[in-house]
Amino acid sequence: MTALLILIPLFAIIAILRGSDPRKTAQGATGLMLVTGVTLALLWQTGVKKSLAFSVPVLSKPSISLSLDFYDGMSVVMVLLSVIVSFAAARSGKCEDQHAKLWYLAILLIAAGALGAFLATDLFFFYAFHELALIPTFLTIGLLGRGDRKEIAWKVTIYLAFGSIVLLAGLLWLVGASGAENLGFEAILESSIPTDAQRGIALFLLVGFGTLVSLFPFHSWAAPAYASAPAPIAMLHAGVLKKFGLYGLLRLFPLVPEGMRGWLEFIIFLLLGNILWVGFVTISQKRLDTLLGNSSVMHMGYIFLAFAALVDAGSEVGNPIAKPAAVLLMFGHGITVAMLFGLADRIERQTGTLELRDLGGLGKNAPSLAFLFGLAAMASIGLPGLANFAGEVMVFIAGFRSWEPGTQFGWVQIATVFALWGVVISAVYMLRAYRCIFQGGTTPTTENATDLSPPDKRPAVVLATVLLVVGLFPNLILGFIEKPGDRKSAARELPAPPSPQLSSTESAEDPGRSAGSRITNNE
Amino acid sequence: MPAYWLEVLVVLLGLFLLFLEAFSTSASKELIRRLAIGGLILLLLPLYFAEPPSAKNAELARFYVFDSYAIFFKFLALLTTILVLFMAYDYRKVLNRFTVDPGTEHGTGEYYALPVFACAGMMWMASARDLVSIFVALELVTITFYILVAFMRRQVGSLEAGVKYLILGALSTAFLVYGIAWIYGTTQTTELARIAAVLDPQSALYNAQLAANPTALLFGLALILLALAFKVGAVPMHLWIPDVYQGAPTPTTAFLSVGSKAAGFIVALRILDPFFASPATHEQTTMIVLTLAGLTILVGNLAAIPQTNFKRLLAYSSIAHAGFVLLAVAAWSTGDQNTLNTYQAVSFYLGTYLLITLGAFFVLVVIRGAEDSDEISAFEGLGRRNPLLALCTTVLLAALAGLPLTAGFFGKFFAFQLAIQSAATSKILWWGVGLGFVGVAAGFYYYLKVVRSMYWRAGPSAEALVIPPISRCAIISLTLATLVLGVWPQPVLWLIGG
Repeated sequence: MTALLILIPLFAIIAILRGSDPRKTAQGATGLMLVTGVTLALLWQTGVKKSLAFSVPVLSKPSISLSLDFYDGMSVVMVLLSVIVSFAAARSGKCEDQHAKLWYLAILLIAAGALGAFLATDLFFFYAFHELALIPTFLTIGLLGRGDRKEIAWKVTIYLAFGSIVLLAGLLWLVGASGAENLGFEAILESSIPTDAQRGIALFLLVGFGTLVSLFPFHSWAAPAYASAPAPIAMLHAGVLKKFGLYGLLRLFPLVPEGMRGWLEFIIFLLLGNILWVGFVTISQKRLDTLLGNSSVMHMGYIFLAFAALVDAGSEVGNPIAKPAAVLLMFGHGITVAMLFGLADRIERQTGTLELRDLGGLGKNAPSLAFLFGLAAMASIGLPGLANFAGEVMVFIAGFRSWEPGTQFGWVQIATVFALWGVVISAVYMLRAYRCIFQGGTTPTTENATDLSPPDKRPAVVLATVLLVVGLFPNLILGFIEKPGDRKSAARELPAPPSPQLSSTESAEDPGRSAGSRITNNE
Repeated sequence: MPAYWLEVLVVLLGLFLLFLEAFSTSASKELIRRLAIGGLILLLLPLYFAEPPSAKNAELARFYVFDSYAIFFKFLALLTTILVLFMAYDYRKVLNRFTVDPGTEHGTGEYYALPVFACAGMMWMASARDLVSIFVALELVTITFYILVAFMRRQVGSLEAGVKYLILGALSTAFLVYGIAWIYGTTQTTELARIAAVLDPQSALYNAQLAANPTALLFGLALILLALAFKVGAVPMHLWIPDVYQGAPTPTTAFLSVGSKAAGFIVALRILDPFFASPATHEQTTMIVLTLAGLTILVGNLAAIPQTNFKRLLAYSSIAHAGFVLLAVAAWSTGDQNTLNTYQAVSFYLGTYLLITLGAFFVLVVIRGAEDSDEISAFEGLGRRNPLLALCTTVLLAALAGLPLTAGFFGKFFAFQLAIQSAATSKILWWGVGLGFVGVAAGFYYYLKVVRSMYWRAGPSAEALVIPPISRCAIISLTLATLVLGVWPQPVLWLIGG
């Protein structure tokens, strides 16, 4: 069943190549993917897990199968994020007719790649699907991008290719050291890796995945790429594809806990680089697109903070909030940043510029654009009631989870204290940008601007609704994530997890109920 | 049917075609080409029903091995030759320009008959297990190529290529003979199985004195490896590759790049096997091969970056790929339940490389036919002029770069897997892995440069480009094979017999 999510975009690609209308086909396909994705997620939660899996062996030695399934709740959340953002991306941006084919093919290919990566339960395809996005990204940025597009296209491609190959080495080493019989997640996660190999593997994974997530100092590709890429590509890349690296780290962390722990200080140093260094860089941006690009890099730091808390605790049992916090923030950030990039594109189409100093007073002529952009900007800062808030709060709580009052702060606590200042930094640049664009007197560029047309409004409204609903009921997302040890409880004897202190997570981590009943429960 | 009949039949086919060409006045060159293709296709089938030399033939069995790798490399040789002869059809317009009376096909018949002899040589190389028979088979291939490379001898480029290939080929032959002499001098045998026994502590023939001081033996091995580096296109014998590839007729270039390289590698594996297997020489052999691999990866990939001619780019790419294969060889492994051994990994790499590279050369023949140029700039605007060809080329180049979900990924995947696993015991292999990273990242740049030309740039001409039917068929099927094997590689493993 889960294979449908890959097959729909692939069939749409073939249809477009054979001459059907690219726009209609892509929008229809992403709509269908959204419906399928949500249905499958609900089915998964109601307990129909077996029949969702899909598996075909493709190579006997080493044993590789094309297996697609929701491996755990984290996969479900990431798949939901992918289908929602793809849906919005296929309805955002505007392309010239002569490039329509490439434009929509790229959207579908990237969406298929992201979905494949999140659904694959085999290490080989987990890695392989992610690379599907590389060529379309290169072509679309180079051909349809803005600014210094050619140089940026090269930079992105080389960076991502290098990150991927380092990652590949890490994964191969991991497979070799685990001695697993096949490359399936089941077999690999069941195995254990000798401690002396863990450290090296952890470094490869950190650098490889880190480059893909734009971890400081491997981040310099991201902001220019998002600024230059056509809106839907930026939405998909920043919103979905970039989360692959974090997803991978969280997924493989249980195999190399001690190795990762050895790099804890290193991780913390880098994530503070993301939050503070890139944060200050963001403040100084003069264009909306590079500002959004940098802000998206900066926010990766928070998710890494949750990861650092998990590394510090050594396992999900030690810090049961860290992983749900990371997943929730990944989801919230993905939706927010996609919405911001989609709306920035509309600002540019209305006014012809993204230079902050040339803009102003757009709120008068385009009130709904101003409202929606404001909503996304507030979400990005972390306003309560929107999805990111729940995520960020949980990240900060996770940071202090293992701290005993009265004792010294550990590395993670110190990092959390610094990271809290990042919220202020976000507020500074986001509010400033909002003021520059929407408030004050109109400028020559914004005088003749008009408001969003209904088809333009639709994707943003969908994303805004998701932000609000998840912001008010974070358990919709958290409900997918199982308690630590649930999946493996049969295989491994784990000590009973200490009950989480957050009241919201307590009801959230009850996998027995369906999403619908939980809403009423919260109300 | 005994296996060695295959080679005999291929040689007979070649002789028949030569005689037909020489004595029949009515046989057209096209007929010769078709007969060659038909004959070789007919031989594909018995390949899988042939039997190894029987016990009665023990004397032959000392020279001739017929294991699953021999079958696979014979298959590769036959397949390459068939595809190259197909490619020659659409190239004939270019070839005919440089005949005695330009424009006619007068004197081009040998161009379709000679590849059959090269094929016989490659098939024999796949089975050779004695240094003397290796030498003879190798020379059969090399001498055939001397003619094929310089076939357009009225064109300066092809002539220059021929001379360069001849000189370096002769030099490498000298190295090979000299190396064989050293090995014979130290081990008193040219048989690879006996060399293995001499180096094996468990065997009755074990020569403890030699194992304690194997310098002379290793010197001989190094000389032989130099000669084989010429065949597979590895540093330091790679200097001929760019010029010869550029000057030679494109089907010959493709033949050199795929067939000659594959045959060179199976011989290299067979020769290296005893040296890797013996604890006395394992470490030094690893060092020698790793040095070759590292330098080859570095030179091939870095020198490819500034190229502006697609044929030269493919030449450097061919060096780079030889480097990755050598990395798998340097990380010698006998495999276990979950991992391929080096023979299998190398076979896998070369099998997929064959499909992708020949696809790329078919594209080149089409572009050359339409634009009369091998430059990358000739690809400009292809995305508009023929979207299908541009798409296929993109897939093939992505596969050459080693992007996952294409067949090209698996070769690199196995090479790196072997290297990383062997690095657990001999740390020195991390150098190879590190250089491999640099090579792969550089690869993305220079292969995508061609993709850039096709899509980002508008060319001088905007009219639709028509692909001749044979090339069209070949390009589409090779691209599809690249994609299918990228997701479902099992068929290659079946052919290797893993």
